[in-house]
Amino acid sequence: MKRRTLLTSAALGLGLSLAGGAALAQDKTKACFVYVGPIGDGGWTFQHHQGLLAVEAAFGDKVETAYQENVPEGADAERVLTQMALSGCDIIFTTSFGFMDATNAVAAKFPDVKFEHATGFKRETPNVSTYNARFYEGRAVMGTIAGRMTKSNKIGYIGSFPIPEVIQGINATYIHAKKVNPAVEIKVVWAYTWFDPAKEADAAKALIEQGVDVILQHTDSTAPLAEAAKTPGVIGFGQASDMAEYKPSPRVSSIIDNWAPYYVERVGAVIDGTWEQKDTWAGIGGGEVEIGEITDAVTAEVKAEAEALAASIGDGSYHPFTGPLKKQDGSDWLAEGAVADDGTLAGMNFFVEGISGDIPK
Amino acid sequence: MDLSAINPAVLVASLMVAAVPIMLAAIGELVVEKAGVLNLGVEGMMIMGAICGFVAAVETGSPVLGFFGGALGGAGLSLIFALLTQILMANQVATGLALTLFGLGLSSLIGQGYVGIKPPATGTVPFGPLAEIPILGTILFRHDPMVYLSVAVIAAVWWVLRYSRMGLVIRAVGENHDAAHALGYKVVRIRVLAILFGGAMAGMGGAYISLIRVPQWTDGITAGAGWIALAIVVFASWKPWRVLLGAYLFGGITVLQLNLQAAGARIPVEYLSMSPYLITILVLVIMSRDRGKGALAAPAALGRNFHASR
Repeated sequence: MKRRTLLTSAALGLGLSLAGGAALAQDKTKACFVYVGPIGDGGWTFQHHQGLLAVEAAFGDKVETAYQENVPEGADAERVLTQMALSGCDIIFTTSFGFMDATNAVAAKFPDVKFEHATGFKRETPNVSTYNARFYEGRAVMGTIAGRMTKSNKIGYIGSFPIPEVIQGINATYIHAKKVNPAVEIKVVWAYTWFDPAKEADAAKALIEQGVDVILQHTDSTAPLAEAAKTPGVIGFGQASDMAEYKPSPRVSSIIDNWAPYYVERVGAVIDGTWEQKDTWAGIGGGEVEIGEITDAVTAEVKAEAEALAASIGDGSYHPFTGPLKKQDGSDWLAEGAVADDGTLAGMNFFVEGISGDIPK
Repeated sequence: MDLSAINPAVLVASLMVAAVPIMLAAIGELVVEKAGVLNLGVEGMMIMGAICGFVAAVETGSPVLGFFGGALGGAGLSLIFALLTQILMANQVATGLALTLFGLGLSSLIGQGYVGIKPPATGTVPFGPLAEIPILGTILFRHDPMVYLSVAVIAAVWWVLRYSRMGLVIRAVGENHDAAHALGYKVVRIRVLAILFGGAMAGMGGAYISLIRVPQWTDGITAGAGWIALAIVVFASWKPWRVLLGAYLFGGITVLQLNLQAAGARIPVEYLSMSPYLITILVLVIMSRDRGKGALAAPAALGRNFHASR
């Protein structure tokens, strides 16, 4: 008797919880997030998770959230997305470039679920939006600090993959470092990973051993800063997150991806029923790219200069890619005063003049 | 391209550091294989060592205890392997592969609360004036204790296997476990101890990654180092000093390719990135092509389960 009661109540409980989930989905909006790394990576994924927390804080009881970490970019992502769509998610944020095809494939099967894909360009069905941040605006500010602070006139850049986003960053860094320091040269090392702490540390080490005293990274872990901390006089920058645990040096400033306002806005639109497909590419002006506190390791003049540059980018009076600029092979790209268009930037596949080395094809 | 930017002395010093994790893991695996056991779970044991060492160092504030914790973590995981293969006679290859998967998952679970924390720093060994010797000082006298310890372990294993009674017994068990059993040696007990030693060394190698080389904890931090260690054992044809050579070769090419990139070498980056693996594979193929010495160097009972039927 006991056992039967137990089983019945268990079955009842299960049924109730399932029904409850469905009922809850009616009055609560469910926002779900797919992450490429661990939320404790201290960089990229950590920052997206801050956005999730901001959504919870903004809507309280009106939303419930769910997330999945360390989702590989590939077939697994499609399974995770399908699972989420089936579990009552109303809006799903897929937060890495490599989730692009999986996002569009799953979105086609679930027309009632809203999908938001970060840093991608495919919007195959009306329920897929894309959003991105103009990281290169932050890179321009970091490049200015790097050009002013370097004593060896060698700055190093750890690239992940040779995709347009990373190439924009290298170019923006170099253009602005050279603007304040004509003698500067940039050394680029490709790690071929978004996230491999040991390899990122090794790359930083190789650069430092070759006389680089400013490290910029386009990878997701804090390992390059940990490596820079071992050598006095070497500085670096927080990437994606503030990476404040390395203040005041080696981390002298940072580029912070602030996804929170966008996430709050989009989840709010789902709650209000006003969600529509769109493509967002905001920067310092829109608050998506923030410049982390510039520490006292940087002189006051340089700090003022960097802040003034950030302000001019923010109010639209200055674009980091303003001519005259030439491509690496010496051919003309932008005439005096001309500004790069978004299409060129989104497909950027060339270095600007003065950078040595080839982009891997 | 500016090769003058690469300082050979600094490069050699760097490759010594880069080689430590794979060297420790490989010398541990060498002893395991010499005892006739093939444990493919090196990657899993390394990453367990990486997280257990990290937790121990953070909780106690002592890097030394961290390395002990790493060794314990690796040995603890290898105990599961020993139980399955030596007592329950499970297939060694399948069990080893499962051990790697299990170690990756378990380490991720244990590490949940340890992401984004800085471990206590491990200092370098104070050699005083020796560190100031030009070139030699840079290469030899400015490292953390583990660099010297890893070479010492190689030397110790070489000596034990070659000159001591214990080493002879281990080798006998690995070459012909029936004969060793007939002489009254406890084959299973010796193999379990060898597996534990291998686990401890792999764990220490993993702890080196999370405590010194990076230093932080993140999921999947070992990134395949355990598989390289396994390959190096074969390439070394089960000889300890060749393990050192192999680890330095692989570590050296890894460091060199990043340095060549930074120096702007006119070699496509894709080839540079592949080079450590390519060259390791190439050397493996060349070594194993020789049907005479290289192939016959493998312990005769490697991977065969032992059951005392008499």
